[in-house]
Amino acid sequence: MEYQAKELFAKHDVPGAPGIVANTPAEARAAAEKLGVVVVKAQVQAGGRGKAGGVKLAKTPDEAEAHAEAILGMDIKGLTVKRVLIAPAATIEEEYYFSFLLDRANRQYLCIASIEGGVEIEEVAKTNPDAVKKIAIDPGTGVDEEKARAIVVEAGFPEALTDQAVETVLALWKVFVEEDATLVEVNPLARLAGDKLEALDGKVSLDENAEFRQPDHVAFEDKDATDPLEAKAKEKGLNYVKLDGAVGIIGNGAGLVMSTLDVVAYAGEAHGGVKPANFLDIGGGANAKVMADGLDVILGDEQVKSVFVNVFGGITACDEVANGIKGALEILGDAATKPLVVRLDGNNVEKGRAILDEMNHPLVTQVDTMDGAADKAAELAND
Amino acid sequence: MSIYLNKDSKIIVQGMTGGMGSKHTTLMLEAGSNIVGGVNARKAGTTVELAGKELPVYGSVKEAMAETGADVSVLFVPPAFTKDACIEAIDAGIGLLVVITEGVPVQDSAEVWAYLDGKNTRMIGPNCPGIITPGESLAGITPHTIAGKGPVGLVSKSGTLTYQMMYELRDYGFSSAIGIGGDPIIGTTHIDALQAFEDDPETEAIVMIGEIGGDAEERAAAYIKEHITKPVVGYVAGFTAPEGKTMGHAGAIVSGSSGTAQAKKEALEAVGVKVGKTPSETAQLMRDLLKARS
Repeated sequence: MEYQAKELFAKHDVPGAPGIVANTPAEARAAAEKLGVVVVKAQVQAGGRGKAGGVKLAKTPDEAEAHAEAILGMDIKGLTVKRVLIAPAATIEEEYYFSFLLDRANRQYLCIASIEGGVEIEEVAKTNPDAVKKIAIDPGTGVDEEKARAIVVEAGFPEALTDQAVETVLALWKVFVEEDATLVEVNPLARLAGDKLEALDGKVSLDENAEFRQPDHVAFEDKDATDPLEAKAKEKGLNYVKLDGAVGIIGNGAGLVMSTLDVVAYAGEAHGGVKPANFLDIGGGANAKVMADGLDVILGDEQVKSVFVNVFGGITACDEVANGIKGALEILGDAATKPLVVRLDGNNVEKGRAILDEMNHPLVTQVDTMDGAADKAAELAND
Repeated sequence: MSIYLNKDSKIIVQGMTGGMGSKHTTLMLEAGSNIVGGVNARKAGTTVELAGKELPVYGSVKEAMAETGADVSVLFVPPAFTKDACIEAIDAGIGLLVVITEGVPVQDSAEVWAYLDGKNTRMIGPNCPGIITPGESLAGITPHTIAGKGPVGLVSKSGTLTYQMMYELRDYGFSSAIGIGGDPIIGTTHIDALQAFEDDPETEAIVMIGEIGGDAEERAAAYIKEHITKPVVGYVAGFTAPEGKTMGHAGAIVSGSSGTAQAKKEALEAVGVKVGKTPSETAQLMRDLLKARS
């Protein structure tokens, strides 16, 4: 969110006032008393906040309080506004766009800059693509002062701003590299009265894989916006995404689980249009605990009517998975109330199937193929 | 024949003494791979016995290559050390570097890729199951018992879908099967593997498995149109994935209109690649195609 991006900007000396976060109208008033004329800005992870009425100018603390009152609790693109940022109002003379991001296709980084930009950058990119400069950055050499200067020249910043722009580019590069970001965006980067260059709004996307060396990033996770089931799964270290259907899905490997969602959706077409209820990848070591945690989360989803466990034993052995299911059902006891369709294949499949056969649990049905199992799970969810 | 890996490949394992490393070195030996040693600076000079074979541990990749003539390294080191381990292997001039490690920061992968420029190393991964040439060698974690040797070349972003597809087509078998990984930045791409299969006389047809995110499949489609004469069958996972949510693989995220499974399917079909709706349907398309040729 904006205020978080601005915290990171401030940490790396990107010019621009970070503002003050307010959770209540009273806090908004107090912030405005410190800052003078301010802008009250809704903090949600969505674009178009201004158009939705989530950004308002306040000339007095009274106005700031009133705007905060109106904006807090507002719904913007399905997200509830829980806090506002109180930022000092600025007289903008010109608006620019600037970002560093990962360029997957070319396996390098990219700088995108436009002096015609500002908040309408996407429109500019369509109508006047030449005004949007794309500059490749070699991850091996990065951005030093010389490269920053080259970027500023290519982007065409006004001469009066050159030195400030170079410093801003270097500071933003520090945010990108030192925070392990995949995107650092300033929009708008504004020329204020007196030829001052400031980052007025921004967005930073961080690489989750880098959390081991970025311990501070945990604080940026948006716990409010997370679905309660997703939050529970996250607590247990599960890779879970809540969807809208009735067939709970557990599988191993992101690709196979995505494929399972598709196969269930196709199978569902013949069973009243039932759809997958979630994505859940239990990964390599599918022991009883992981399976129990996974089932626990899925069975906690009131929309779920049946569960499809689809495992191809690669690294994972099917007997371990079968023992996982057995253990999970024992742990859950009477809490397990929904039918389970299990398809096991691969490493130690005979042993795995034998364990489930022997258990002979009334809720568990084994089906040999992925398509057949998906069909069975969809059928059970449509009862 | 095969791509990238064959019975003559001499393999070392970086991170062989760790939990994952020792487990999978054992499985690679069981698959018939010629593992000639491991690398761990702290345990240099010792040996490790795995699957009944005494394996020497060397202090560096350079030393291991000099002593054994190794030309392939499989890497199991933790994410925090992966970048340095890759650079060490690249500096030593290893021919094929297979990076199994999951969870590598993407900026590290970007730096390694930049470092590779102009060097002689081919990198597969990171975050991938590696490559198997059934009956000859395994450099990675793909179970060698799923399918045997045959005329199909397989390239996939996803590990478990690689296994699933090998299982579906075990009646035909594979020249080589390569999992290139689902991270945003990877070494060997769909396009690289497609060209290698095109050049491999033993590969008769190719299965290409993609998933949502990025535009690698769209670029592969354009490449197939220009350069690939062998028949290609495709599969794309993630038709029901919602927008804007990451589905496990760091790369598997749909933002906006591009990168969707539907867009990838359409791009592939536009260049004459038949795309199955499910893994089993994809396998059947390949079977029909191979039958028609014989």
